[in-house]
Amino acid sequence: MAENVGIGASVLRKEDFRFLTGRGTYVDDINRPGQLYAHILRSPHPHANLKKIDTARAKQAPGVIAVYTRHDVNEDKLGGMPCGWGVKFKDDTPMKEPAHPMLATEKVRHVGDPIALVIAETRAQAKDAAEQIAVDYEILKPVPTINDAIKPGAAALHTEAPDNVCYDWHIGDKSAVDSAFGRAHKVAKLDLVNNRLVPNAMEPRAAIGDFDSANGDYTLYTTSQNPHVIRLLMGAFVLHIPESKLRVVAPDVGGGFGSKIFHYAEEALVTWAAGKVKRPVKWTADRSESFISDAHGRDHVTHAEMAMDKDGKFLALRVQTLANMGAYLSSFAPAVPTYLYATLLAGCYATPAVYAEVKAVFTNTVPVDAYRGAGRPEASFLLERLVDVAAKEMGMDRVDIRRRNFIPNSAFPYQTPVAVQYDSGDYFGTLDMALKASNWSSFRDRQQEAKKRGKLRGIGISTYIEACGVAPSNVAGALGARAGLYEVANVRVNPTGSVTIFTGTHSHGQGHETTFAQLVADRLGIAMDQIEISHGDTGKIPFGMGTYGSRSLAVGGSAIVKAMDKIVNKGKKIAAHLLEAAEADIEFKDGKFSVAGTDKSKTFGEIALTAYVPHNYPLDVLEPGLDETAFYDPKNFTFPAGCHICEVEIDPDTGNTTIITFTAVDDVGRVINPMIVEGQVQGGVAQGIGQALLESCIYDGNGQLLSGSMSDYTMPRADNLPNVDVSTHVTLCTHNPLGVKGCGEVGSIGSPPAIIGAIVDALSEYGVKHIEMPATPQRVWQTIQAAKGKKAA
Amino acid sequence: MPQVSLTVNGKKASAEVESRTLLVQLLREKLGLTGTHVGCDTSQCGACVVHVNGKSIKSCTILAVQCEGAEVLTIEGVAKPDGTLHPMQNAFRENHGLQCGFCTPGMVMSALDLVKNNPAPKDREIREWLEGNLCRCTGYHNIVKSIEAGAAAMRK
Ligand code: FES
Ligand code: FES
Repeated sequence: MAENVGIGASVLRKEDFRFLTGRGTYVDDINRPGQLYAHILRSPHPHANLKKIDTARAKQAPGVIAVYTRHDVNEDKLGGMPCGWGVKFKDDTPMKEPAHPMLATEKVRHVGDPIALVIAETRAQAKDAAEQIAVDYEILKPVPTINDAIKPGAAALHTEAPDNVCYDWHIGDKSAVDSAFGRAHKVAKLDLVNNRLVPNAMEPRAAIGDFDSANGDYTLYTTSQNPHVIRLLMGAFVLHIPESKLRVVAPDVGGGFGSKIFHYAEEALVTWAAGKVKRPVKWTADRSESFISDAHGRDHVTHAEMAMDKDGKFLALRVQTLANMGAYLSSFAPAVPTYLYATLLAGCYATPAVYAEVKAVFTNTVPVDAYRGAGRPEASFLLERLVDVAAKEMGMDRVDIRRRNFIPNSAFPYQTPVAVQYDSGDYFGTLDMALKASNWSSFRDRQQEAKKRGKLRGIGISTYIEACGVAPSNVAGALGARAGLYEVANVRVNPTGSVTIFTGTHSHGQGHETTFAQLVADRLGIAMDQIEISHGDTGKIPFGMGTYGSRSLAVGGSAIVKAMDKIVNKGKKIAAHLLEAAEADIEFKDGKFSVAGTDKSKTFGEIALTAYVPHNYPLDVLEPGLDETAFYDPKNFTFPAGCHICEVEIDPDTGNTTIITFTAVDDVGRVINPMIVEGQVQGGVAQGIGQALLESCIYDGNGQLLSGSMSDYTMPRADNLPNVDVSTHVTLCTHNPLGVKGCGEVGSIGSPPAIIGAIVDALSEYGVKHIEMPATPQRVWQTIQAAKGKKAA
Repeated sequence: MPQVSLTVNGKKASAEVESRTLLVQLLREKLGLTGTHVGCDTSQCGACVVHVNGKSIKSCTILAVQCEGAEVLTIEGVAKPDGTLHPMQNAFRENHGLQCGFCTPGMVMSALDLVKNNPAPKDREIREWLEGNLCRCTGYHNIVKSIEAGAAAMRK
């Protein structure tokens, strides 16, 4: 290898050329011959019985080809939107899993619930015609919040769940926790809300259904993080089309953050409609439509208590969480507040006993599912805030109490009391690095200086952990997953020695075309321009589970390594034949197969050519060709962890918070491309800052979405955000071949508690113990005024 | 239907449009220039920024018919015809100023207009200028670095 492009090099991205010159191909950039446009009529009401739907006038409108409603869905015997994860009640009975129709049947259950699909020659005609549909609603009392849903006598969304409870689940040893609380020296308590968010990937969702009537093949182009999963869910459960007749393509996708994992009704609707009208059908969401149709994130209400002994050692943690599922169960929603949340409640701490209860409820809101971090930001926010409160309760320093309770480096592998086993980590190491990088020890000087300027300065810390690299299929299966979670790679060595990798993961900003190529350059010793990474097309890729839960490198990268091992092994056999040596004597290094201890060798290209032109070849014992596929099922989750420190200044007159510095030190395992890892952490931290200071998805008491457009929902902008100082500290993952852990979500998981901790620290002179997110200027100002009032009283 | 004629990336173009057709729809749907993106419906995101008569403008917020006779520059017209990236595009690549790439065309077009008026913009000035350009992936840190570096390269 001439250039340094292997593991550990900040290689510039291969994909950037097309994006920088406007030649990316996102779904809405694709146009199929004869294409029609779909518009979806959605409910303006959060909760109503759906009486008559009259489409007669719409069907007559200019350019209209078809209008479909529940009637047509029934007639074609289509299924509802499936849920991919089952969670159980405490007594082991299954969760309530009400039907989730593609087009509303007897009821609408949230603003945005789809009612009719209008297909016309142009987008504008479809939209205009939808206004001609007359719908007769019988308005019902809406249940917009968690607290509304659990009130006795609250209106029920689904007959299957008369109390609006989807499940009431628990984990951990309750009696051990109760007895520890009995012995506690002190108990720290905290009530908090994890605010509801709208993911808002910059590319709105879009889908094109295409039908080839010559052979009955369907193609769906969709903004997805996991095209094979969509093919499976849509083909098997909704449209009843065999995989062999259904191709799903997810081309360039403009960000996902979880919101493009799920199977959405619009994908199935356009595919089905294309088959009916025998022409391609395109649907592209308006941004305001995204707000009422993309799955939202977070939305928890929690009470937590930590029991401590007289030295500030944690004895036990007790957590009660109410989680909002929204109106229906989105694809993976039930797993988010359970297996992706409560299993992380031990954090970085050796707390011997943890017990968590999670009640999930239905409300008249958009479904809630995974959003960057999915469950783990909720866990780290709760735990890290509670640890701060515990420090205060004990009169201890926030750093000391963390150090005192960290799992020691010697304890790995460490079995937590909440099901998971951490393989490796060095929480002391990341903490020390972050303290140093943030100049923690001289903070009080800076605070004094700020005070002279009339500003309140605060510093906050979070020592988070997360679990990603999802997931060992058997473990996930035992916990309720209805799919495997391995990954697949096909390494195709072409006759002239170039390599195409077909991966089941999907890149929507993560830079796989570069990082994965680095793995190949490193292992096979060939130049970057000889390597092509192909993803996002079920017609090309053998199979795959897609990209989410920071799994692409840990699981997808490991599958590539496994397939490359097979290539090298076969190459050695071919080389042994050509070089007339024993296979055991062949070494492969820097792109060359050589006989150990001699100067006899064959290049990778020569071996490739021989495999495809097998004239001098051991045909009796070896197949021609050099093309290998591997499925990799991870042995465990991976456990990135780290320390985030945030320093803020608050203007007490306006309540405005400015982030002065943000320091992130993350252990994401081995780093393949440091430039990309840094970018992932910066982006994740930006979303964490968004959650902590700016973003909130708000429904009013009538179930209307108040923050329903980019003018109403506060997206982080360049002038709201600081520069983010990122570094890494590596402990290797012990169970995957690359030693990697994953970096996509650490930013949004680690940062919110550090930011809120900093604000609370700044306001400590007012006796403030906690402030809810987002800590907007208004909320901070009101908190200060309320505290002043109390002091005066 | 009204007809509009304009110059896009140095080439004459004309198309029939509805009176309500937006410039971005003309570019994407009639002229096949899909590098200009649509990220919102409330003029907030800036994914659609192009230059009209030398000034950056949100192409979702202007009617196609208002651009009669205008000179329009889109992201497709920024690199040299032989494919060599403009120094600003190159700076975005070298500083990892893009991830999913969806906001990128708007960011680059916006940055070019900034540098026209302020050849050496500082961190804070860049951040304030980008008030109308949203990015959900990068956290802006590397976009700001890219624009600083791009401006410096353009001064050479
Ligand atoms: S598309 Fe968002 S501002 Fe133009
Ligand atoms: S790079 Fe994805 S939105 Fe900016």
